[in-house]
Amino acid sequence: MQRRLVRLLPFAVIGLWALTALLGPLLATAPDRIDLPRILATPSPGLPLGADDLGRPVLDRLLVGSRTSFVVGIGVVALSALVGSLIGAAAGFAGGWADLMIVRLIDVFLAFPGILLAIALAGILGPGLGNVIVALSVVGWVGYARLARAQVLSLKTRDHVGAARALGVQPPRLLLRHLLPLALAPLIVEATFGIAAAVIAEAGLSFLGLGVQPPTASWGSMIRDGVAYMLVAPHLVLAPGLAVMLVVLAVNLLGDRLRDRLDVRGAPG
Amino acid sequence: MLEQVSTRLGAALVVALGVCTLVFLLIHLVPGDPVEAMLGESAQPADRAALRASLGLDRPLAEQYRRYLSGLLRLDLGRSFQDQRPVSEILGERLPATLKLATAALLLALLLAVPLGVFAARRRGSPVDAGAMAFSLIGVSMPNFWLGPLLILVFSLWLGWTPVSGSDDPASLVLPAVTLGTALAAILARMVRASVLEVLGEDYIRTARAKGLSEPAVLWRHALRNAWLPVLTLIGMQLGGLLGGAVITETVFAWPGVGSLLVEAIQARDFPVVQGCVLLISLVYVLVNTLTDLAYAGVDPRVALR
Repeated sequence: MQRRLVRLLPFAVIGLWALTALLGPLLATAPDRIDLPRILATPSPGLPLGADDLGRPVLDRLLVGSRTSFVVGIGVVALSALVGSLIGAAAGFAGGWADLMIVRLIDVFLAFPGILLAIALAGILGPGLGNVIVALSVVGWVGYARLARAQVLSLKTRDHVGAARALGVQPPRLLLRHLLPLALAPLIVEATFGIAAAVIAEAGLSFLGLGVQPPTASWGSMIRDGVAYMLVAPHLVLAPGLAVMLVVLAVNLLGDRLRDRLDVRGAPG
Repeated sequence: MLEQVSTRLGAALVVALGVCTLVFLLIHLVPGDPVEAMLGESAQPADRAALRASLGLDRPLAEQYRRYLSGLLRLDLGRSFQDQRPVSEILGERLPATLKLATAALLLALLLAVPLGVFAARRRGSPVDAGAMAFSLIGVSMPNFWLGPLLILVFSLWLGWTPVSGSDDPASLVLPAVTLGTALAAILARMVRASVLEVLGEDYIRTARAKGLSEPAVLWRHALRNAWLPVLTLIGMQLGGLLGGAVITETVFAWPGVGSLLVEAIQARDFPVVQGCVLLISLVYVLVNTLTDLAYAGVDPRVALR
């Protein structure tokens, strides 16, 4: 019974996250309504998570924030996994000069502490949801590229690839139909951990004021705004932080489980 | 051996050059006109022209790049747009604080992770093991921009044990180091556990036990010595996360390092300083990683450097 609960927990948290992200804007009735008499109100039956420094309801902002983190988490992983896998697989498949150049490029990108480059990029591009996704994808694609390249390198000498080639299958089709499907398992595991990393990174950028523009809520900017009132209204920092942690924890648990299930060795990057 | 070392150093130099190039290109990513972004829309045309010239942005890209690289060789990273001081001078003032914080966080992570990982492996499946793994999972999932404020709330505001921010008092290092080191400790504990478990299954461990060595001697002298290697590689790889995490940790605690400088420079749109911070932290990372690789080969003679 207890085991089963633990096993279901990540799915419950991720499901709730996706649901609030999709329905949040409908549920959150007044995320941006300033209500001065309620400033820093503590949680009460009518106001389950209290109100922030402008009297805005924390629960409503939390719901809107879940959409921000969901869009960034999914968007970054979709973009960087697609671009990275294609580049890496093409490099491993082509070999020679093209491969060498791409390996060098991957090495250079890996030489930057990821979040550092994302902070600099987001700072230079300016705040906004689109720029956050771009900045995190520019940093994120290398992991997928490296994995896809290694997979294709080890797979391309397999018999079925040689057979397909002998039958006259063209390289792009060979890559997409005969190689990438076999390389998917580690990429799926990487992508799962990638969602967790993107959620933390988005909240981190927003914490630094480099994420979405106010008044749109992000869990990261909610934490930043709440820090100043921590002593009198700790719920302003506790609620969004707990949300980030639960989502990241759930996604990481899912990633662990997928890794075991798909029998992928090695730690995520 | 010498040939291997020089190959590794050569590869590191190529990567370092690539890092410099990417950082050089950063300022060209500014949407629209970087000069307008720095001065604002209401700036006088003469001021704009002056800033454009001082940043060298009025020259062809190839010449800008050549000037930038030759400047780097003389440790000339340009001047801060805010107070006209050389960027290298500002970075020099800020770097020691970042190194101090990162070193403290790394030591803390090791002190926590090694015993935790070893005990978890020894008592596999026990409550100690479950606890260590729970710590590891929570530590990895805990964002440092949340952990930092929580620690401040409990230890500075409620208990009054440590200063809220700053770096004058030695006690002020504790909370930033814990904030920055927790995630690394979590990752390392997991790796130490896995690595020790693997080594404990080896034949020479059975031999060591069979010849009557005490369990601590088997564990610390025989097992840990070999379990170290994958952990060492992981530390090198995770240092990037540590240096990147320092940006947020320093901002939370107003710690006067390169990370908080980066955030201040972004807010002031002081692009030469932004470039300098990214370049410095990344080059430190490349350097440390190269040294880790060389050390790895030193610890294990079987390792061939690529």
